[in-house]
Amino acid sequence: MEDTQWPVWEVFVQGNPGIPHKHVGNVHAPDAEMAIQNARDVYTRRSEGISIWVVPSNAISASSPEDQGAFFEPSNDKPYRHPTFYKIPDGVKYL
Amino acid sequence: MLPEGNWITRAPNLRRKAILLAKVQDEGGHGLYLYSAAETLGVDRTELLSQLHTGKAKYSSIFNYPTLSWADIGAIGWLVDGAAIMNQTVLARGSYGPYSRAMVRICKEESFHNRQGYEIMMTLAQGTPEQKAMAQDALNRWWWPAVMMLGPSDDKSPNSDQLMRWKVKLESNDAIRERFIDRTVPQAEFIGLKVPDKDMKFNEKTGHYTHGEINWDEFFEVIKGNGPCNAKRLKDRVEADKKGRWVREAATAYAAKQAKEREIA
Repeated sequence: MEDTQWPVWEVFVQGNPGIPHKHVGNVHAPDAEMAIQNARDVYTRRSEGISIWVVPSNAISASSPEDQGAFFEPSNDKPYRHPTFYKIPDGVKYL
Repeated sequence: MLPEGNWITRAPNLRRKAILLAKVQDEGGHGLYLYSAAETLGVDRTELLSQLHTGKAKYSSIFNYPTLSWADIGAIGWLVDGAAIMNQTVLARGSYGPYSRAMVRICKEESFHNRQGYEIMMTLAQGTPEQKAMAQDALNRWWWPAVMMLGPSDDKSPNSDQLMRWKVKLESNDAIRERFIDRTVPQAEFIGLKVPDKDMKFNEKTGHYTHGEINWDEFFEVIKGNGPCNAKRLKDRVEADKKGRWVREAATAYAAKQAKEREIA
């Protein structure tokens, strides 16, 4: 049998109820079940989590760092999407 | 098992044994974090391990010294992990995300190792004269290797320039060494132990300790593979990998079996 290091799984841990899972690192494992067990042993030894997701690394698609400027540019020129864009007179309340 | 692993079964009581096991598990994780960070640069972990096993990859000079008594486990936690924290808290602010994020996690866990080591030394230092002598002997043997593990002095450090230009490394070896010494010497004094450096003196003017000459010839010999335990360390590491192979094969076989059962169901 070939001695492999197995596929890489990205690990996401939810720290507390109600907050999103957050990427914490990765593990190598032969399948999802063992990836979750390895992730528990590596990333939650000190009560860091209540839930773990593992995702095969090669299943993740990412935006390209080189295109960062152009890719996110459309959001930069629309300041009117932010509430602070609008001038409200001092006397107006709850707005 | 790696050479100092023999102290797990020789820990003086169950509390210390459980703590040492937890520390070993942390250190295994630290290796994994760092291999993960290296893999983001596009190299396979199998390749990295093969470089380690064939002697091509370097590892910290500190791992080539023997652990002769239980006090060495204390000295390693206090001094070696203490020096590592001093280095790694700076690296945690470095420019390469996967590496600096690994360092943040490592530093959190090393703080426990640092304190458990000091506690072992403190307990021995407050024990019988023989126990105190054992603690002092461990300090005598580990002090200089710990001071040296922070890397060659700035004028002899070939990789520092490049790493500082990339902002992976933010402070020089000598700056970090000074901080390590400034913080550690009073810790030794507090438990009645003495660092083995007759030239060590506190300089009122600078607010720092000045230390005696460091034996860099020894350091470079250890780096080259001629330290007291280089060969033993590498042999044990290769052996540990070989002995772990059946576990990896069993996990692979189990995963294949599970996948097949899912197919049928």
